[in-house]
Amino acid sequence: MSGPILQVRDLMVEYATPTGPAQAVHGVNLDLAQGEFLAIVGESGCGKSTLLFAIAQLLTYPASVVGGSITFNGVDLQSLKEEELRQYRWRDISVVMQSAMNALNPTLSVGAQLADACRAHTDWDDKRVAQRSEEVLSMVSIDKVHLKSYPFQLSGGMRQRAMIAMALLLEPKLVIMDEPTSALDVVAQRSLMRQVEALRKELGFSVLFVTHDMSVVSHFSDRLAVMYAGEVVELDTTREVFDHPQHPYSQGLMDAFPSLLGDARALTGIPGTPPALVNPPPGCLFAARCTHVMDVCRELRPELITKGTRAVRCHLVNPPERS
Amino acid sequence: MSDAVLHVHDLSRYFRVGGLRSHGQLHALDDVSFEVAAGEIVALVGESGSGKSTIARVLAGLYEPTHGTITFEGEALKGRMSRKVRGRMPMVFQDPFGSINPVLRVGHSLLRSLKLHRPELDREGRQREAVALVERVGLTPGEEALRRYPHQLSGGQRQRLGFAQALASNPSLILADEPVSMLDVSIRIGLLNVMKTLRDHEGVSLLYITHDLASARYVANRMIVLYAGRIAEEGLTDEVIRNPQHPYTQLLMSTAPDPRLPLADIEGERDLGEPPKVIDPGPGCRFAPRCPLAMDVCRTTTPTMVTLSATHRAACFAVKAT
Repeated sequence: MSGPILQVRDLMVEYATPTGPAQAVHGVNLDLAQGEFLAIVGESGCGKSTLLFAIAQLLTYPASVVGGSITFNGVDLQSLKEEELRQYRWRDISVVMQSAMNALNPTLSVGAQLADACRAHTDWDDKRVAQRSEEVLSMVSIDKVHLKSYPFQLSGGMRQRAMIAMALLLEPKLVIMDEPTSALDVVAQRSLMRQVEALRKELGFSVLFVTHDMSVVSHFSDRLAVMYAGEVVELDTTREVFDHPQHPYSQGLMDAFPSLLGDARALTGIPGTPPALVNPPPGCLFAARCTHVMDVCRELRPELITKGTRAVRCHLVNPPERS
Repeated sequence: MSDAVLHVHDLSRYFRVGGLRSHGQLHALDDVSFEVAAGEIVALVGESGSGKSTIARVLAGLYEPTHGTITFEGEALKGRMSRKVRGRMPMVFQDPFGSINPVLRVGHSLLRSLKLHRPELDREGRQREAVALVERVGLTPGEEALRRYPHQLSGGQRQRLGFAQALASNPSLILADEPVSMLDVSIRIGLLNVMKTLRDHEGVSLLYITHDLASARYVANRMIVLYAGRIAEEGLTDEVIRNPQHPYTQLLMSTAPDPRLPLADIEGERDLGEPPKVIDPGPGCRFAPRCPLAMDVCRTTTPTMVTLSATHRAACFAVKAT
């Protein structure tokens, strides 16, 4: 395998708030190989969407990247000007937003919106645009008659698939997906995920996929990063994280959704709420909700320590050296 | 069943669709019959477009039924609902951000609800009751919770407030329309536990509307699976989950992700369309076009309920009665 297509190093994103900067993303490191599917899970406010927006260079005030680097294919995206970024957007990196209901323009037909994206980023003639639009729609199993359809004429699942078709127009190397399934119900979710998986195998693009429902990605992603309060707390192959979660937060998440066929037992979820991100407490950010909390957790922020494929940020797993 | 709180018989709701001259009728619900007993949670499960929210809306009096009868606490519901009935059968909505007035303190709307539905309480009584209500759904300390504004509450806390609001009118049945689907996975379970507590300690029945089979299994005593406006299968939760008989229930089961199970062989799955828009339907099973077991009879005759056990029924020709 050649080097990673995307490298995120020590990324820091802050939101300006009246009471001071809120550390939405704090020291995140990620590597994404060509063709890899990396899922990022965590609850609302953990910084997962902010991280995606930072990678896609879509952050606007009050959010800003205050440290770290984002390297795509050897190019530091942070250093590019808006005009240079346009060369990367859509052609190399495309984004599928959370709510296809709002991401599509209700007053334009699907075909017109696909053509828009083509015209903005290529010099194709009308014939080529039409041909490519048909191609990408058929990739996501939407009949070409829907090129003339308006978004309201499509079901939720079809709109979301049309968004994915749009993201694939220019054969990007990286597709960023921000909770594309959260507005869909189970059958449509499953069918969408299978489609993404099949297209990824066929076209070889990488996927960065954010969700709060890890059962959605459980059977699809190669690796899984668990985020909490702006930090990655655990990262490993998806199967390993599911079978042997080590961080107490990941363990809590595993215990937070009922099983369909397994034992029927009472679950507790994870009581409490994440810490304030403006002047966060010292020590582990999960300490206040952790059932295994030790004294050291309240004083010393644990580091993300990698052993083999597994990276965990927890004093319990990697006891700090006593000085 | 005599102890049924709610008895729905042959309920149908049609909507006129299309332009002015169109006579197209969308059959959102067709001949749906079910009961909810006292102190039980019944889960209505189905995809978007299956009619599950239409049922809640008809029950809440937001839509008139096209035909069929609804009997609630022994009385047939007709026309505009009285305040008393609405109080005994309140609704908790899906969106905790859209269903609470953002400019009023939490206590305000709760006290107002108490004033309307519990006229026997005086001012102090209402205040005491409001504190007790929010504490019953896990918002503690109650007095502090009442002083807050909705924007100071998280999604999970707002949804708990939704249940407190529903409890204020002393209900016997709460209609919960996807109450956890917009919440984070880590706090969903807390809400589901609130629903269980209400059933076990307060004897309230709940109609839990969801598309999430696993959460339905976690809280519900019985399950009703809807497809395109008709009941496909109903039974005790364990009967439906362990032994799904209708091909549609089997499809739902196979698509529900369960990460605790080993990686399923997803190559074998068929492409999974969506439920049809049921406009002016003819006879026949509505699942037939997607059904792997479809026979000729399925396309010409509407299947009737086949009794599988005292509690388990499925509407399918391929199912054998026992």
